[in-house]
Amino acid sequence: MLIRRGGDIPASQITPESVYLNRRAFVAAAGGVALGALLPPRLRALAGPDDLKPTPYETITTYNNYYEFGTSKESPAKLAGRLKTSPWTVEVAGAAKRTGRYSYEDLVRPFTMQVRIYRHRCVEGWSMVVPWMGFSLGDLIRRLEPTSKAKFVQFTTLDDPAQMPGQRSDILPWPYVEGLRLDEAMHPLTILATGLYGKPLPNQNGAPLRLVVPWKYGFKGGKAIVRITFMETQPMTTWNMAVPSEYGFYANVNPEVDHPRWSQARERPVGEFFKRDTLMFNGYADQVASLYTGMNLRTNY
Amino acid sequence: MTRAQVIRRVVKPVVWVVGLGIPVRLLWGALHGTLGSEPVRAIQEWTGKGALVGLLLTLAVTPLRRLTGWNELIRLRRLLGTFAFFLATLHLLTYLVFDQSLSLAMIRKDIMEHPWVTAGFAAWVLMVPLALTSTAGMVRRLGGKRWQRLHLLVYLAAAGGVFHFLWLVKKDATTPERFGLVLVALLLMRLPAWAVRARA
Repeated sequence: MLIRRGGDIPASQITPESVYLNRRAFVAAAGGVALGALLPPRLRALAGPDDLKPTPYETITTYNNYYEFGTSKESPAKLAGRLKTSPWTVEVAGAAKRTGRYSYEDLVRPFTMQVRIYRHRCVEGWSMVVPWMGFSLGDLIRRLEPTSKAKFVQFTTLDDPAQMPGQRSDILPWPYVEGLRLDEAMHPLTILATGLYGKPLPNQNGAPLRLVVPWKYGFKGGKAIVRITFMETQPMTTWNMAVPSEYGFYANVNPEVDHPRWSQARERPVGEFFKRDTLMFNGYADQVASLYTGMNLRTNY
Repeated sequence: MTRAQVIRRVVKPVVWVVGLGIPVRLLWGALHGTLGSEPVRAIQEWTGKGALVGLLLTLAVTPLRRLTGWNELIRLRRLLGTFAFFLATLHLLTYLVFDQSLSLAMIRKDIMEHPWVTAGFAAWVLMVPLALTSTAGMVRRLGGKRWQRLHLLVYLAAAGGVFHFLWLVKKDATTPERFGLVLVALLLMRLPAWAVRARA
């Protein structure tokens, strides 16, 4: 397994695999973070940066937004176990040369799995740091050879009410669909995740295959992907269809553009007591701001 | 036991145990890490829902009294209302401290710009005069009629609390809608009595 640093994250801030695989040591470290979080912000700054310390495995796998398994944070961990993720096929469709149905194994085989420690910011105002495992979506797209007509990529996720009890409610239109502009999809930070903490991806986190776009709000990361479609026009996306005034196609993390009902200026790292400032593009502005040059980020929310 | 004794010896102690038990349990949980992944969210949900339940119970006292003929129930009303205010105050404090780090500028902006915060804050502000006049001495000083009229504000406070809850949820509004339905039902039960009084 190749451990590659995620963009500009200094090597000193990446938790070595030996540490995060050792849960005992990890829990001790997490305790330190929690204590630091109890201090007032001014004192906490003196305690040193605790940014990019991975959120405990237990938290990442028991605190999930995955409406296919209910709207509470706890229900996906309880209900997703029954989802059958093998065998799994992914259909590639639309404006590409190598369309067709791929088994999960065939789709993933060409790529070396990498560890990417990414900030994860939910549109609701909480955040985590997740040590994903996965591969560059751009590398996959290049192999699929999109044609010149391909301007966008749509991700369709599993629609199976028998396995996904949340889909028996019409809280959202099913299946959950997400999309990116082709250049966003090809950006080196964008990955398809197959695991976290060096283990296969738990079902509640989107097994077997989920999208991770670290500079966007978490809802852009479609889980249990079954179809990748190359399109000429901007695809529909689920939350935008459900509440267009509140959730746009871009959904870039932006502390200056509030959700119509609540502030996006700050976020609470899950498990901590105090909120902290949200970073522009979730801290990845150096690498992604150029994708949006000249674009009004207030109207393209 | 007479009804009055049941209320004094059983029901009132239960209200005290629940009203104080919620914050004690939350504090214990926060110190021992048993509040789940998001301790602040757990604290805010328990104090927020607790305050709303307290307000709705306060509003249920009179309809319940009419339905059952148990006039002694009235002795619970101020106690329930005071605990609702107590929990609402803890709820507000956790917001001021944990969400806003006591930054006045951020707090002002949040209250002005976001209706769900405005509604919640307004609900708490409306409860302040009610809490301040909840002692027997204040009831006497204001006189029953004026005290009653002032305390009609409790309906606005409860409505503010329901909208505060309704406007914060992302999509699944089931729980705040249930609170709203109970509030509307309690209001409707009062209408006949008010209509009679208005005609008199």
